[in-house]
Amino acid sequence: MITHRVHRDLARAISGVENGIVELPAALAALAAQGHRANGKRGAILGITGPPGAGKSTLVDRLIEGFRAEGESVAVIAVDPSSPFTQGAVLGDRVRMQRHAGDPEVYIRSMASRNAGGGLAPATRDAVRLAEAAGFDVIIVETVGVGQVELEIVAVADLIVVVTVPALGDGVQAIKAGLTEIADIFVVNMADRPGANRTAIDLKHMVRESHREIPVLQTIAQDGTGVSELLTAIVAKRGDEDSNAVRAVRFEVVRRVRDRAVAQALAALQSPDAAAVLERLRGHEITRNDAIDAVLRILVGAVHAH
Amino acid sequence: MPIKVLVAKPGLDGHDRGAKVLARSLRDAGMEVVYTGLHQTPEMIVNAAIQEDVDVVGVSILSGAHMTVFPKIMELLKEREVDDIVVLGGGVIQEDDIPKLKAIGVREVFNGEASTQELIDGIERIVREYGRDRARREAAASR
Amino acid sequence: MQTSEKTLADELREWEHGTLQPFTARRPESREVFRTLSGTALERLYTPGHVTDVDYVRDLGFPGQFPYTRGPYPTMYRAQPWTMRQIAGFGTADDTNARFRYLISQGQTGISTDFDMPTLMGYDSDDPRSEGEVGREGVAIDTVDDMLDLYAGIDLEQISVSMTINPSAWILLAMYLVTAEERGFDWKKLSGTIQNDIIKEYVSQKEWVYPPRPAMRIVRDTITFSAQHLPRYNPVNVSGYHTREAGSTAIQEVAFTLAAGIAYVEEVVRAGIDVDDFAPRLSFFFVSQIDFLEEVAKFRAARRVWARVMKERFGAQKPESMRLRFHCQTAGASCTAREPLNNIARTAIEALAAVCGGAQSLHTNGYDEALSIPSEPAMKIALRTQQIIAEEVGVRGTIDPLAGSYAIERLTADIEQGCFDYFAEIDKRGGVVKCLEDNYFQMELADAAYDFHRRKDRGELHFVGVTKYRDDSPNPAVELHHVDEAAAKRQLDRLAKTKAKRDQAAVQRALDEVVRVAKTDQNLMPATIAAVKARATGGEIINALRPVLGTYVETPVF
Repeated sequence: MITHRVHRDLARAISGVENGIVELPAALAALAAQGHRANGKRGAILGITGPPGAGKSTLVDRLIEGFRAEGESVAVIAVDPSSPFTQGAVLGDRVRMQRHAGDPEVYIRSMASRNAGGGLAPATRDAVRLAEAAGFDVIIVETVGVGQVELEIVAVADLIVVVTVPALGDGVQAIKAGLTEIADIFVVNMADRPGANRTAIDLKHMVRESHREIPVLQTIAQDGTGVSELLTAIVAKRGDEDSNAVRAVRFEVVRRVRDRAVAQALAALQSPDAAAVLERLRGHEITRNDAIDAVLRILVGAVHAH
Repeated sequence: MPIKVLVAKPGLDGHDRGAKVLARSLRDAGMEVVYTGLHQTPEMIVNAAIQEDVDVVGVSILSGAHMTVFPKIMELLKEREVDDIVVLGGGVIQEDDIPKLKAIGVREVFNGEASTQELIDGIERIVREYGRDRARREAAASR
Repeated sequence: MQTSEKTLADELREWEHGTLQPFTARRPESREVFRTLSGTALERLYTPGHVTDVDYVRDLGFPGQFPYTRGPYPTMYRAQPWTMRQIAGFGTADDTNARFRYLISQGQTGISTDFDMPTLMGYDSDDPRSEGEVGREGVAIDTVDDMLDLYAGIDLEQISVSMTINPSAWILLAMYLVTAEERGFDWKKLSGTIQNDIIKEYVSQKEWVYPPRPAMRIVRDTITFSAQHLPRYNPVNVSGYHTREAGSTAIQEVAFTLAAGIAYVEEVVRAGIDVDDFAPRLSFFFVSQIDFLEEVAKFRAARRVWARVMKERFGAQKPESMRLRFHCQTAGASCTAREPLNNIARTAIEALAAVCGGAQSLHTNGYDEALSIPSEPAMKIALRTQQIIAEEVGVRGTIDPLAGSYAIERLTADIEQGCFDYFAEIDKRGGVVKCLEDNYFQMELADAAYDFHRRKDRGELHFVGVTKYRDDSPNPAVELHHVDEAAAKRQLDRLAKTKAKRDQAAVQRALDEVVRVAKTDQNLMPATIAAVKARATGGEIINALRPVLGTYVETPVF
C-alpha cells in the first residue's frame, strides 16, 4: 500500500540523486530507513519511447488505468528534453495523465533530460531503482525518441515499447535506426488515421528482417482501443525477464567499454607519436585511412601498456 | 542545479496565457517548469508539488476564488508535513487580499503587471532566502 | 485617386530626398520601424501607390452589398446606432436580473449574460468542483427555474438576449426556449444569440467538456434546430475575442475565427442542409483592441473575407448568407490594474474603432476590467462612452468613414491576404478539426503570445502608467463590485428546492432519452428541451452524456 508519505520520501530521494547530492546507495538506504520496502517481487520496468506527437503520454495514461485495474501500483518517470540553450525545460507530460492525480498508488515524476545524449536523464536509472525500492509494482519510463536509437533506455527498462503514428513522414525511417535492436513491442498509435495499416505492415517487414519476435500492435490511446491487447502483450513479455536482464547487462558492458575506449583514444591522440601521424597526414605523405590505422595501432599499444 | 517550479491553474478558469508565457519565460531563464494543466483541484496541485519535489509552486488564478483556493493548498501542504515548498500567487488578486494570503503562508503575490525579469528575480531571491536547503536536507536524509 | 503613378513615384522620391532626408538628418525619427500592436510594420506614409491593387467597386463596393467591406446594411447607423450591450452576470438569477434592469434603464438596448464558471463548464452549483466559484465570475444557472428569474420582467420578443455560453450552450438555449414558452413568448419572435463556438474553446477560451468531434455535432444540431424554429435567432457567435485575448495577432484573430465559421458551415452542409437556409443567422464576435488603425482595417477585412468565402467556397446565393455581422467587445487585455481610470480612455478609443469598423453590437469594458467583474459605476461610464460616440462624435452620419484612407485600405487588404494564406495552410494540413487535434492553432497562438510578451519586455510596446510614465504612488482605489459570498448558499437552496419539487422519475426518463438520442444522429435539441422542462439540471444532462461523448484532455503547448 502506497501512502502519501511514500510520495514525499521518494520525491526527495529522486531530487537528491538527480542533483548529485546523494549517491544511489545512500538514497536507497534512506528509503529503507524511512520504513519503505520494495514489495518483494521485482518491479516491472517499462520503457515507452517514440517520436514527439505519437501520443505516448495518452498511452501511458491508459496503461496506468490497466495496471491499476489489476491492483498494481504504478510509478511514471516522464523525461522531456532540456533546452540546449538555457538548460531550462517545460515539462507538461503529467497533464495527460492527470486523472490518476488523486490515486496514491500512482506516482508521476517529470524529469528534464539535462542534455544527456539519448534523451534520458542521467539520474533516470537511479530514479527507477528508487521507485522500485519504494514499493511500486510497475515503473514506466517515458521518453522522447528523436529519431536516434534510444540506447539508454535499454539500460533502464526490462521491456521497451516503441510508439509511432501513421503517416509521420519519416516515422518509419526514424524507427529504422536500430530500434529493432531494442524494441520489444511496436505500437502504431492514432490507428484511426489514414496509413495505420501501411505503417504496421512496414514495421512487420522490419521485424521479420531482424529475426526477433516483436509484436506490432495498433492502438487509439484517445479512446482506449487496442490497449488491452497491448497490456496482454506486455504481460506476456514480462515473463521474459531473464533475457531482458541479460541484454541489459550486455548493453551496459558494451556501452562502458565504448565510453572507456573513446576516452583512451582521445588521450592517445595527445601523444607525440599520434601528433607525428597527423603531421604526415597534413603534409599529404599518407592517406587518411593510413593515418587512422596508425593512430589505432598507437591506441592498442597504449591499451596493452595498461 | 536548476530551480524547479510548478505552475498551477486551479479551479475552472481557463485563462492560461499568463501561466504559459510564464512557463516559457522561466524555461528561457534556465528553470525546470512543470505545468499542471487546467482545472486543478488543490489536492491535485499539492500532489504534483510533492511528487515533483519542486522549489516553488506558482498558482495562477484569475477567477477571484483565491481566498478559497490558497487556504486549501496551504492546509494540504501542512497536512502532508511539507514546510519547504514556497507558494507564490499571481493573476487577478485584489490588493486587500494580499496581506491575508501572506498571513496564511503565501510567500508573495505578483500581480499581472510584474515584468518577466521581476518574476525571475523574485523567484530566485525567494528560493535563496526561504526555499529548500536541499544539500543540507538530502545529506541529512542519507545518513 | 486620379494622380498619375509615374509622376507620383517621382514626386515621392523627390520628397524623400529633398524634404525628408535633410529633416531627419537634423532630427532623426525616434524609431526606424513603427509597428502595429500585432507587429505589422507601418509605412511612414501611405500614398495611392500603396493601394494600386485595390479596386473600389470590386473590393469596397457599397454597404449592404457584396463584398460588404463598407458594412452589412445600406444605412448602417443612420437608421439606428449599434446595439449597446453591456455584459452582466453575478450571484443568483435575481441579482443579475436587477443589473439587467438597471442597464436598460440607463439606455442599454440589448442584454448580454455572463455565467459563472460552474455553469460555463457544465457543473451544477452543488458539484464539489464548483466550490468557491458559484455566482462569482458570473450568474449561477442550474435549471429553468433560475432562467425564469434571470429574465423576469423582460419582454423577450422586444429585446435581444445574448448568452455567453459554450460547451453547455445547447442546454441553456433549451432553457431559454422553455422560459419563453412558459412566459408566453413566441419562439419565432425571439432574437438573440448563444456564443456556442466550441472550436475556439480548444484554442483559447478553454471551456470544454467533450472532445471536438462530438462537440461539433452538438453545434450542428443547434444550428439546424434554429434554422427550422428560430428565424430571428443567431445560434452561433463565432468568436475571435478570446483568441486575441490569449495573445494572437489581428490576422490570426480573423483567420482562425473565420476558419471556425467555415468548419461549422461544412458540418451543417454535410448534414444535408442548404447553406442559404442557415448561413444568414451565423454571427461573429471580435475584440476591439487599442491599435486604432489596425482594428478598423481588421473589421472591414473580416467582412470582405467572409463574403468571398461564402460566395466562392460555399456557393451561397442569398446576400444575407455572405453578410458578416458582429458583436464587439473592447479589449480586456489592454486594460491595466494600475491607474484603472486610464482604462476609460482606452475603452473609448477602442469603442470608436469598433464603430468606425461597423460593429452591430458593442460591449465597452469598465475601468475595473483588470481588477474584477464590472461594478455598476464602471458600467455606467462604459455605457455613457458608447452614448457619447453615438450622440456627440459625429461618426454615425456617414457610413464607413475611414474608407479610402490609403493606410486603412492597405491594412485591410493585407489582413485579408493573411487570412487566405492561413486558410490555404489549414486546408493543406487537413482542415480545421484536424488542425485542432494537431494543436496547430494552439502552437501559432503560443508563439504569438510569447512574441508579444518579449516585445513588451524589450520596451517595443507599452502600457502607460505601468511600463512607461509609471509613478510609484499608491494605486488609486476604485469601488469594486462586491462579491456577495452568501449568493452561493442562496443558489444551493434554490437548486435543492427545484430538485425537491420535480418529478424525479420523469427527469430520469428524460435524461435517458437524451442519452438515447446522443447515440444516434438525431437532433439533440428536442430531447434536451424536454429534459430541462422536467427540471433536469445542466450538470445532470452533461454528466449523462460524458460516457457517450467522451471527455477532453488538452495537450498543452507553450
